[in-house]
Amino acid sequence: MLFFSLFKTLVGKEVTVELKNDLCISGALHSVDQYLNIKLTNTRVHNEQKYPHMMSVRNCFIRGSVVRYVHLPPGAVDVEVLHDATRRESRGG
Amino acid sequence: MEASLQEVPLPGTALAEELDQRLLIVLRDGRKVLGVLRSFDQFANLVVEGSVERIIVGEQYGDIPLGLQIIRGENVVLLGRVDEGKDTPEGLTLVSPAVIKEAQRGEKELNKLKSTIRARMDFLDLE
Repeated sequence: MLFFSLFKTLVGKEVTVELKNDLCISGALHSVDQYLNIKLTNTRVHNEQKYPHMMSVRNCFIRGSVVRYVHLPPGAVDVEVLHDATRRESRGG
Repeated sequence: MEASLQEVPLPGTALAEELDQRLLIVLRDGRKVLGVLRSFDQFANLVVEGSVERIIVGEQYGDIPLGLQIIRGENVVLLGRVDEGKDTPEGLTLVSPAVIKEAQRGEKELNKLKSTIRARMDFLDLE
């Protein structure tokens, strides 16, 4: 639940999702769910020429299981707060 | 780290917004399916109606009609919303299914050849 909560705080921010198939998609985080599925709006693909099928896609739903990284803007996350929350989670769980 | 629950859709509603929309579905094996989303579940298993498989080779593309399909969620990479008007990709020419399948076969042969050459070069360990 911790990362679900983390992503909820990032809704609206510009992120870049790197998938396990090496596709990189940037966009605004529209929503996230308990499986860490991600919905992005206003998407654009890095290295567009390699993925012509993605050219006219502006909104997408990304299955959580295929995400390798979610690159965040610097300063988007208060690391201290996250650190404390992690300690609390590990103590409780 | 509080976020108002009204802003974020509940699990299970994420795909509800995409129902009856024409979507591009990218699968783990690299295939692209276009079709109208009719149903889904928590695993992202999908029912897609009027679907086509779009094969893109170089500057050409072809649509193979598939009809009504159930796609197992574990194979799904992403679902992208396609505007009704912008359905056909820019800069690519539409060809018949037979032509695009032939082009795809050619590309596969080329890639196989490239990988065997690469494997032989790696074996030599020239670096």
